[in-house]
Amino acid sequence: MTTNLRIAFLPLNDVAVLAVARERGFAEEEGIALDLVRTTSWATLRDRLVYGQVQAAHMLAPLAVAVTLGLSQQPAALAAPYKLGVNGNMLVMARDFSAALEPDPARRLADPVGTAHDFASAIGLWRRKPVIGVVHRFSSHALMLRYWLASAGIDPDRDVVLRVLPPSLTVEAIHAGEIDGFIAGEPWGSAAIDSGRAEAVAIGERIWQRGVEKVLAFRETWLDENPETADRLLRALARAAAWCDEPANHEALADLLADARYVNQPADLILRALSGRIIPRAGDAAVAAPDFVLFSREATSFPWRSQALWIYSQLVRWGMVEHSPENAAKAGAVFRPDVFRRALAGSDVPMPGASMKLEGAVASPLAVGSRKGDLTLGADRFFDGRVFDPDRIDEYLKGFSQSH
Amino acid sequence: MRIVIIDDSGLRATVLEEGLREAGYDDIHIVPPRGAFVARLERMAPDVVLMDLGSPSRDTLEEMLSVSRALARPIAMFVDQSDEAMIGAAIDAGVSAYVVDGLRKERVKPVLELAVRRFNAFSKMQTELEEARTALADRKVLDRAKSILMNQRGLSEQDAYGLLRSSAMNQGKKIVDVAQALITASDLLGGGL
Repeated sequence: MTTNLRIAFLPLNDVAVLAVARERGFAEEEGIALDLVRTTSWATLRDRLVYGQVQAAHMLAPLAVAVTLGLSQQPAALAAPYKLGVNGNMLVMARDFSAALEPDPARRLADPVGTAHDFASAIGLWRRKPVIGVVHRFSSHALMLRYWLASAGIDPDRDVVLRVLPPSLTVEAIHAGEIDGFIAGEPWGSAAIDSGRAEAVAIGERIWQRGVEKVLAFRETWLDENPETADRLLRALARAAAWCDEPANHEALADLLADARYVNQPADLILRALSGRIIPRAGDAAVAAPDFVLFSREATSFPWRSQALWIYSQLVRWGMVEHSPENAAKAGAVFRPDVFRRALAGSDVPMPGASMKLEGAVASPLAVGSRKGDLTLGADRFFDGRVFDPDRIDEYLKGFSQSH
Repeated sequence: MRIVIIDDSGLRATVLEEGLREAGYDDIHIVPPRGAFVARLERMAPDVVLMDLGSPSRDTLEEMLSVSRALARPIAMFVDQSDEAMIGAAIDAGVSAYVVDGLRKERVKPVLELAVRRFNAFSKMQTELEEARTALADRKVLDRAKSILMNQRGLSEQDAYGLLRSSAMNQGKKIVDVAQALITASDLLGGGL
């Protein structure tokens, strides 16, 4: 018997796992006919999910938390049992703005501390408050950009203008001079760089080495009522994710994503992020960023509750939600490691023993407790060296208010 | 009641505006979602905002609705969250509607229903137009394939068509695809018209 599932997505590289599950037969092997619904805004993706036009969505992790906390239009309890990727974002700025930064883009990317301080000085030299595009208020991109700017004493609500626009309009907006730069998932940063108007200024992987990004989000009620279907889907995705991480498959993956039904951008632009070879300025040599985006290795897809709580801590930090034990509990419960464990118990996916961990504490690859298989976590440091302990959110937040 | 329609497609916005005017609404403004449209919208202080669900600018609009200090009252999507049938119809039709807080649902519902009907009518019109365009393009391809066969093989127009049709049936393909293949082959062989 075949189960039909509709999943909404936005045209971005990290729809890879879903696209491969469909196109390479992994979903079919589990008896699932996947219908992937291309969507142009996060608002519409959210509406389709909340009102049941789709069963699941390729969603910004902070948006899943925000919808559940009632911070966005259409509040609803969402559940994320699977992460579709880690990292994958890039901050690019118009060439005349980046002229005030370190001239060698490769060195800029390698030194996020120095670049943040250069950025702070560049703001003073710019003719007005720089306007930086973000894809959504509740996006990992916006939270990481805020984190990075604030480290250099920049108040992201006062010293710059953060303008929300969808990834597919970023390149056009930088051409029209409506924004001075933007942070978005690939391939949009590379597309702006290729057009000659922008240069890479920071990449997500160098801000937080293992940054939470897109999740597969369900309505909580649907997930609870359809455990067997959800399990089959997660098993299909786990195999698709392993295929996506295999370097030998990157070219085929880029070709697949280039299709008009998915990202609809040239395959060579898409390939840069997948293969970890970023061209930071048109005509420059590629910079190696081997962890630019991860789909499977290091249990990438495991929904660590501590990561949902890190998102929550940042929402509190920026005054987007009132800090209370109830809100923290609700936010943490959006990530569902219990479902992940149930679905993948019989597979060869390494299974972390814990559901929470310190975020940002691993300085070099570390073998950790695992219920089966060998699990090595990659370095996951924040560029400023802070460590997030999900049991001590208040202390973590106090650390920020003292520093600026 | 001030209604603002945010739309890139001039035609759809006009279709919707006409419908609203016929229904007696007269404070209607159309704003294309480009450039500083958010600032314009803020100055207009609308009661109802209608927008194509497929517009990539919805996130920009919602951001404005959540931070604007200029708008006196908050605006939420859909006036009555419990009316799932209405919301379902709106999403199916591709309409998103934002309504100021406090506006009674009896006042807004007819606007929303009208928008849904007009959006549906518009997409039907578009589908028909698309079908007509495809039919015309198909006919051109068929005509060219027929004339290749008529010239190269000395067939009558009717026989040329018959040959295309029987080839299509034998190969389990659409006749227009067979015609296109013939044209491509003929071009490659330098025998095209």
